[in-house]
Amino acid sequence: MICQECNERPATLHFTKIINGEKTEVHLCEHCAQEKSEVFIIEGDPGFSINNLLAGLLNIDSGFQKTKENSFPKHEILQCDVCHMTYQQFVNVGRFGCSHCYETFKDRIKPIFKRLHSGNIVHQGKIPKRVGGSLHLKKEIKELKTQLQTLIINEEFEKAAEVRDRIRSLELQLDSKRGESS
Amino acid sequence: MTIERFISQAVSSWMSAEGPNSDIVLSSRIRLARNLHDYKFPTVFTVEEAKDIVTNMAESLKYDERVSSLELLIMEELRPLDKRVLVEKHLISPMLAENSNYGAVFLSKDEDISVMVNEEDHIRIQCLTPGLQLKEALEKASGLDDTIESHIRYAFDEQNGYLTSCPTNVGTGMRASVMMHLPALIITQQMNRIIPAINQLGLVVRGIYGEGSEALGNIFQISNQITLGKSEEDIVNDLLGIVYQIIAQERSAREALVKTSNIQLEDKVYRSFGVLTNSRIIESKEAAQCLSDVRLGIDLGYISNISKTILNELMILTQPGFLQRYAGGPLRPNERDVRRATLIRERIKMENQNKEEN
Repeated sequence: MICQECNERPATLHFTKIINGEKTEVHLCEHCAQEKSEVFIIEGDPGFSINNLLAGLLNIDSGFQKTKENSFPKHEILQCDVCHMTYQQFVNVGRFGCSHCYETFKDRIKPIFKRLHSGNIVHQGKIPKRVGGSLHLKKEIKELKTQLQTLIINEEFEKAAEVRDRIRSLELQLDSKRGESS
Repeated sequence: MTIERFISQAVSSWMSAEGPNSDIVLSSRIRLARNLHDYKFPTVFTVEEAKDIVTNMAESLKYDERVSSLELLIMEELRPLDKRVLVEKHLISPMLAENSNYGAVFLSKDEDISVMVNEEDHIRIQCLTPGLQLKEALEKASGLDDTIESHIRYAFDEQNGYLTSCPTNVGTGMRASVMMHLPALIITQQMNRIIPAINQLGLVVRGIYGEGSEALGNIFQISNQITLGKSEEDIVNDLLGIVYQIIAQERSAREALVKTSNIQLEDKVYRSFGVLTNSRIIESKEAAQCLSDVRLGIDLGYISNISKTILNELMILTQPGFLQRYAGGPLRPNERDVRRATLIRERIKMENQNKEEN
């Protein structure tokens, strides 16, 4: 049999593609198969991606939680109010439908995040200014408190006093912000 | 007309500059994944919502000096071959080119900034720098992020950080990566030991075209795996720490090779140079390998009449999309091999002529 791509070399690779139930036989020589894979198998390949692997991970997880699941009435399906994605759909595609899914699937995704991010479950990075609001203050206070501990251990009390005053003033700012928003 | 500018030349202007450690590190990249607060994610959104997001982005960037120069390209308006060329230049992802719903990209003139819209997430900001300049890339990406955020409300919460479509990106939404040329670690068979070690440290090693691709021409991409629970700066510092160690290992492997088998190495380099300058048919894998050998030859001082940039250029020019673009139409794989050989020969000849004239 001759390769269907170049019509020159003998076909050494034979496989069957089934798309929407339609069967197609593919016969390629090694050369063309390589060229083809070079064309099609690149980043984000929809054929097999991180999301496929993820779906496996998520499925295992729902297996572990069976006992918990059984305590709910059987017909109850966990579904996001906003995008209507069900937990099962999320498991299948490995992607969320909208930001509200994070809230809807909250209890189930925590162990998954832990596994994916080496045990971490709380964001430590950048905070957007617009959404951040008092988060920036909270972050700074937290950092200063760590700094304060180090200064006390090192017996640098003068600097420690400065940091303590800074923390107090930030805490006051935080309180007034809370007052504004309530 | 605008697309022409991005596909007519293989090397983006940022690439022709030499960055720090550019004997081993080709480029550094920061990618930030962001989503808009009020819209469903690309997995489930409607075409109307998708279009709305592109319009929203274009509108909000228009009035900002820092980003108003970014050029907008809509995927559906591009020819498949043009999209492929943008992929080969790493300006867009294959996913945006092939599977996006009303996908678009904002590109800077220098091609060092690309903002993809409606890929896996609503927004993906990407900043590229030559050599090892991750911190600089982060600063640039973060600045652009602040600008976009001043117009658009992001999906964010205190616990999870930036909310992304895929749980592997949640938190910082950041992927930092470094493209490294590691021929000596391959020749001395050390890479097989290094890759699992890197993986254990929460980093990922991939081939040049990312997930699922092999290391063509001894080029590896190393990036962070974890995005939650660490700050952007910590992620970059952790990655840099490992990259510096790999650079040191590659350099000492190169030194050792020169010491123990200088003539064999020189022979390998010149044989590859011979193949590139004389072959009439060359497959992409062989071309990539030969280009890698010649690049190593330049770094070691064996070859001096050819610049490193030409190799960056040829790595991209010899990809199927570019070859077909130059041929002006689709080519069969065997035709591509012939074109590839011709193109490489001509390009090197041109380089030699330029050198002689100077």
